Amino acid sequence: MSVIETESTQLLAAVRQILAAKSLVSDQEIAERIAITDAATPGQGARMVAKAWLDPAYRALLLEDGTKAAEAAGVMMRGMPPLGVLENTEAVHNLVVCTLCSCYPRAVLGYPPFWFKSAGYRARAVRDPRGVIAEWGTVLPETTKIRVVDSTADYRWMVLPMRPAGTEGWDEERLAAVVREGDMIGVTVPTIG
Amino acid sequence: MTQPLPAGTVVRVKLDWPELRGPVHIRTPHYLRGRRGTVVRYLGEFPNPEDIAFNRPPDLLPLYHVSFEPHTLWPSGVSGDEVLVEIYGSWLQLEGA
Repeated sequence: MSVIETESTQLLAAVRQILAAKSLVSDQEIAERIAITDAATPGQGARMVAKAWLDPAYRALLLEDGTKAAEAAGVMMRGMPPLGVLENTEAVHNLVVCTLCSCYPRAVLGYPPFWFKSAGYRARAVRDPRGVIAEWGTVLPETTKIRVVDSTADYRWMVLPMRPAGTEGWDEERLAAVVREGDMIGVTVPTIG
Repeated sequence: MTQPLPAGTVVRVKLDWPELRGPVHIRTPHYLRGRRGTVVRYLGEFPNPEDIAFNRPPDLLPLYHVSFEPHTLWPSGVSGDEVLVEIYGSWLQLEGA
């Protein structure tokens, strides 16, 4: 029987056994990694965005070194690819795609949404970004340039969206609640009400 | 170690198709092969995924954020917009040098 035909749970158990026997990865490390992966949700990224909207020093750190900023917000980044954060402004809107596969900042956004991995999104986002985001109801001003970030290698990229008008005086928790995963990928922008 | 390419360096992605020569693992998208871009930032050194995928001892390669103009990539590309992609130094040639 080939590896491809092997029953997946048996295959997984066998690989884990070999990794443990070779002292490459312990059961405890695997359990720890599963726990971290399961705990990661877009809520973590949203919290970082809200913090950046409120605290100029944190915003500067986030744009300078996303990994450090995530750690400062209590996200475990050990063993994770470096995180880069790109800022949306009136002049530039960022849209993240991985045309090759599904590179995604899992540490801060959790599992990628199903459409992020779809052939359709991957093929179209890089060719017709305005058309794609329009289908999400996102229409940018004519004067805003769109920057498609094709995330294909060792970094993982997250978008820092613009703080929506009408949120003056809001605290971090209330701000974080309006930030959705699509806002941090760039298909949508945060809205209120 | 040689100095990384500074931001603003005009480069061209190699017009190469290693996938025609045998099994490969490549992180340089097809649509950028042979295209002209500009280095935006140096992202650091990373082990070459083309080696890691085949369990070969990996070379350390400089990784760059390279900016491309969409209208040079697609017939429908909008001039003034941007496509920003991570490219390993081994895939870049200096343009016009």
